[in-house]
Amino acid sequence: MSYKVKLEIFEGPLDLLLHLVKQNHLEIAQIPIAQITDQYLKYLELMQALDLEIAGEFLVMAATLMQIKSRMLLPPEVLTPEEAEEPDPTQELIQRLLEYQRFKQAAELLSTMEKNRFVQLSRPAAPDGAAAAETEELKEASLFDLLNAFSLFMKGQVSRELFHEVIKDEFTVEEKTEILRNLIQDRGKLGFSDLFGAAKNTLEIIATFLALLELIRLKEIVVRQAQHFGEILILRNTDELKTTA
Amino acid sequence: MTDTEAKRILEALLLVSDKPLLLEQARETIGADFQETDLRRALLEMAEEYAAANRGMRIVEVAEGFQLVTDPELYPYVTRLTHRVKTVRLSRPALETLAIIAYRQPLTRVEIEQVRGVDASGVLDTLLKFNLIKVTGRKEVVGRPLLYGTTREFLDHFGLKSLENLPTLEELKAMAGPVAPVPAGEPNEPVNESTNPQSAAQAD
Repeated sequence: MSYKVKLEIFEGPLDLLLHLVKQNHLEIAQIPIAQITDQYLKYLELMQALDLEIAGEFLVMAATLMQIKSRMLLPPEVLTPEEAEEPDPTQELIQRLLEYQRFKQAAELLSTMEKNRFVQLSRPAAPDGAAAAETEELKEASLFDLLNAFSLFMKGQVSRELFHEVIKDEFTVEEKTEILRNLIQDRGKLGFSDLFGAAKNTLEIIATFLALLELIRLKEIVVRQAQHFGEILILRNTDELKTTA
Repeated sequence: MTDTEAKRILEALLLVSDKPLLLEQARETIGADFQETDLRRALLEMAEEYAAANRGMRIVEVAEGFQLVTDPELYPYVTRLTHRVKTVRLSRPALETLAIIAYRQPLTRVEIEQVRGVDASGVLDTLLKFNLIKVTGRKEVVGRPLLYGTTREFLDHFGLKSLENLPTLEELKAMAGPVAPVPAGEPNEPVNESTNPQSAAQAD
């Protein structure tokens, strides 16, 4: 069975070309198409050899490069009038690379601004789900309600992979239980979706969910909902004393 | 109402706002005695006062409004108390896509893909979900594709006062300069060993 890995090193063909330009200490404006084409194709071969999934865009770019290369081998008088009229494909490629590089610089700048912004904390927004459910009568949510809410939540999580993790953490259920316990003590109640707000990946979401089940088992918290399939609220169990020593 | 009184009110409003306080909101709350320009001046003065007194909090101008935030130096202490660590940092593809949208808006998905050379639909969904971009309309061409633009949340996320505060692409060009110096004389010299993809892949 072949296991396709999504290549992370190069996001797309333009990234690969910029990488090659940098590696060869070249300037984009003087990119030697023949040489770069050969190297580009070597990378594609390597990616295939490693059984990495190659996006179609890479193949389109390979075709473009080979077309430019073959055209350069022809003496200019062989070109048909239409071909001669066309904009120079090498110049077009150079313009694309320059433009893309400009936006990569802009992205770098945004990244720096993001870092600076993240260390300024402000007042958190009030959990709106909790406030709205205040006056409604709450029913006990079953394990199946929880599992259903969890699987619905997980379905929406594919895109979380797009974000990297700043800190590589191992998430243990014990730790998550402790954090969740403190959170509930501080706030009294939480919405189900608030649980995972800061989770960095699927493992952390699962650890948090298991921590939730653990606290229900310990009767430290109870889960309620206004109606079936409604937002699940997590409340501190005030009916009986906690069992923790 | 005196300026001092207005500042007292503004400070209170900043404390209770969970989003940057807009000048319009401030004026509506305080009443007709003050124009938005007066309030802006007052807020900028307050920001200076906070900074000069080296308070634990700062007033920053962001996302077309003002916000009370903790001094970045105190970040380790604040997060120790609240566990509220902001860990969601945007990935490089997301940042690049946002940069393209920020500078070229409004534009379509296909136009974004032309710049980056890869499919953008997944990244766009994420950016929409995080409210960093929004649909601003449709382009009047065949298929009437959706047009995307940045939101106020985008400004907030990056601590920008307004879109005008982004450096222009020309300024960025000047900042970066050439990628690397071209070897004099022989720009087309033969490939050296370090450009072998095998060794490069191993180095990664």
